[in-house]
Amino acid sequence: MALDDKQQYQARQFKVVGTRVKRPDGVDKVTGKARFGADISAPGMLIARVLRSPHAHARIKSIDTSAAEALPGVHGVVTRADFDKITDDDFTADILDNCMAGEKALYDGHAVAAVAANSAAVAKAALKLIKVDYDVLPHVTDVDAAMVADAPVLHDGRANESVPAGMSANVLSRYEFGHGDIEAGLAKADRVIERTYKTEATHQGYIEPHACLAQMGPDGQADLWCCTQGHYMVRNVCAAIMGLDQGQLRVTASEIGGGFGGKTTVFLEPVALALSRKTSRPVKMVMSRSEVLRATGPTASSSVDVRIGMTKDGRITAGFAELRYQGGAYPGSPVEFGSMSAFAPYDLDAVKTVGWDVVTNRPKQAAYRAPGAPMAAYAIESAIDELAKGFGLDPLAVRLKNAAREGTKASYGPTFPAIGLEATLRAAKDHPHWAAPLGENQGRGVACGFWFNFGGDTCVSLNITPDGTVTVSEGNPDIGGSRASMSMMAAEELGIPYEQVRTIVADTGSLGQNEVTDGSRVTFAVGLATIEAARAAKREMCKRAAMVWGIEEDAVKWEDGAAHPAGENAGKHPPMTLKDIAAVASNTGGPIAGHHEANPEGAGVSFATHMVDTEVDPDTGAVKILRYTVFQDAGKAVHPDYVEGQFQGGAVQGIGWALNEEYIYGDDGVLQNAGFLDYRIPVASDLPMIDTVILEIPNPGHPYGVRGVGETSIVPPLAAVANAVSEAAGVRMTQLPMSPPKVLKALHDQ
Amino acid sequence: MSKVHVTTSINGDPTEFLCEPDETLLDVLRDKLGMTGSKEGCGTGDCGACSVTLDGRLVCSCLVLGAEAEGREVSTIEGMSNGDQLHPLQRKFIEHAALQCGICTPGLLVAAKSLLEQNPDPTEEETRYWLAGNLCRCTGYDKIIRAVMDAAQEMREAS
Repeated sequence: MALDDKQQYQARQFKVVGTRVKRPDGVDKVTGKARFGADISAPGMLIARVLRSPHAHARIKSIDTSAAEALPGVHGVVTRADFDKITDDDFTADILDNCMAGEKALYDGHAVAAVAANSAAVAKAALKLIKVDYDVLPHVTDVDAAMVADAPVLHDGRANESVPAGMSANVLSRYEFGHGDIEAGLAKADRVIERTYKTEATHQGYIEPHACLAQMGPDGQADLWCCTQGHYMVRNVCAAIMGLDQGQLRVTASEIGGGFGGKTTVFLEPVALALSRKTSRPVKMVMSRSEVLRATGPTASSSVDVRIGMTKDGRITAGFAELRYQGGAYPGSPVEFGSMSAFAPYDLDAVKTVGWDVVTNRPKQAAYRAPGAPMAAYAIESAIDELAKGFGLDPLAVRLKNAAREGTKASYGPTFPAIGLEATLRAAKDHPHWAAPLGENQGRGVACGFWFNFGGDTCVSLNITPDGTVTVSEGNPDIGGSRASMSMMAAEELGIPYEQVRTIVADTGSLGQNEVTDGSRVTFAVGLATIEAARAAKREMCKRAAMVWGIEEDAVKWEDGAAHPAGENAGKHPPMTLKDIAAVASNTGGPIAGHHEANPEGAGVSFATHMVDTEVDPDTGAVKILRYTVFQDAGKAVHPDYVEGQFQGGAVQGIGWALNEEYIYGDDGVLQNAGFLDYRIPVASDLPMIDTVILEIPNPGHPYGVRGVGETSIVPPLAAVANAVSEAAGVRMTQLPMSPPKVLKALHDQ
Repeated sequence: MSKVHVTTSINGDPTEFLCEPDETLLDVLRDKLGMTGSKEGCGTGDCGACSVTLDGRLVCSCLVLGAEAEGREVSTIEGMSNGDQLHPLQRKFIEHAALQCGICTPGLLVAAKSLLEQNPDPTEEETRYWLAGNLCRCTGYDKIIRAVMDAAQEMREAS
């Protein structure tokens, strides 16, 4: 689709965009008034709880719910038998099967039944009365073990035609990207290294557990309140599962307590709807933390082989990677994105990646911030670092020498327009951090990262109120301050103060389809639609002013928040402000609004370079992060505080992934660390301040040059931290997390 | 099991409630009293989102029984501002963009207030260790630490 000229970037002086205004939901969130998923109640509601499989892999022979149903206070029990069979759509069928197991429980924590009762205590007691007869089956949780020909098989017949015959039935898809002759490229190298890198599964770790409140009547109408990254997605998926018309299911998004990709699908909502249908009562469901860890998210674990060749002056002659990701019990690990993004920062003559999507007896993976890219970048950036240091070369200079730039044919196909990778590398080289001295047992690491970014279906409505203020309705849950950004862009375009615009997240009955808050898309795509909606409102306001003045519409221009007569009429009438025009709207044609619907395709790709100093304690193997700096291209930072916040938050999630976080399974296939005590995300005392440098290389596909910033920031830190720890420890670390026992072992083994 | 009758004070308001003997203070606050500002992130005392003070002492309300509030003074996020006058910490959290999603914010504010009551001039390290029991997944803590240190300075200058 060709971009509308008006959607192309045009340089301009900003008045509101780029300032650090206060967010509109700030007061509610610092006073406890903001209503998150679990904060919503309905009169007469029941509380529901879920019974989960204690086995990693088991055939469900029978479920006897009679004793639970007989317990006073219990109003309904559902199992898979209460859901209609979905036959035509594997994607939706897998989501349903993940919400409520069918013939088999596929992982520890897989839902097998749910109870709605008049209190949480009764619901919990009722779970103990449900008798499930399991036939326990052999299981597999490791990606490499699952690919072995005689591994326990989760599903038969799900592999697609890309998978060669003779492989385990757990291997579902093969992907391949690249160009050029790898062997010829490697032959030109002064050194070729071959390495294998492994990462463990990590959870998105949002602090708010999943929660919803469902109400479904016998009239075929239903309402749902939930914390989600996309209530339009919730509507569409739940309507399909429940056999409802999409128009009859209204979903309202609560405030959302973090998502990072993990709330881009459903886990509870169809179950709550089914219980509400069965009991004719509103039903509230809230997950516990252990349920969140056992049965939602996480991301894939990975095993990646890399072969890279480099000349002694630092030119990469060829790069090859084979990536194996397990995405839990269903198809869809993010290995395709990993394979596409692995070498994206580099301009290479010969590059190839092969990706394998593998199922194991683990929870169905969900998107996690730049899904698939951090583990791929960890492997590639580690190998490049080892080669550069082996030749005694500056790792930033090597990256600059090979950096993708405008006109580079990307490893995954397209040719890059203006991009910011070189700018981030130069900023890193010039930063005082790069020259700062290091002490004993300390090391510095750098790494680059890439993310595609995304547009997607977007629908925005902007209304001018009778008193001349503005409301913006958009359909994307605000996960990190996006309502402020939308208000800023509307104010910028209309030429009015930020405080005169209020942006709300509207329910599914109020707007057309909106893609979920994912792909770093919101400030880009919803911002674009907001700007275009404001432009539509301006055109209408110019028309109204022309009507009042009795001149032609095209003889009016909009400037500084007011309509001005232009051309030969210039100066003949005093300007009419937005407020003046709003006041006469009723007499000039009725209410004034602008709206815009689009699926914008100009989301600019984004690059970052991260730099980190670490210290390794040789006695304990513990790693301390001493200093951290993020350099990233934002295109245009609409609200710099929240851009910095995305950089910092992504970096720290990456630090957790690199150093501490991992899903630990026992030999029984049961998750051993389903709580925040043992699944350890970074805490304040683990960290220094996270410094940030915002680069602004405008995205040609957005009117203000905006690029998404939310995901790229988690791509480099795994490798940057690993490179720093490897230097500090004097031994190359090829497995994450680099927890103290692993670092200590590496120190002892060297 | 009969319910326990509890007479307590919440944010200075005399309050009575009936609760199960095994019901947590957090559940009482949220489900019985409609005070949903305190959040449940884990239910095991690991995340701090449910932080309140009990007779001035910082606790995870998910680890306190409702019955234990008998005769005590409970302070929650709902009592932190003085009418429409935000506490300096609340103001500084907004000014420094110290929240993204905001789910951890009530607990962090209650914990930070408790820190500044004990130590009006904390170092960055002291602040980081005091707040180590409050998990935030969005911000990387940078802006939170800055907001707390800035609020501390403003409060010192005002006193």
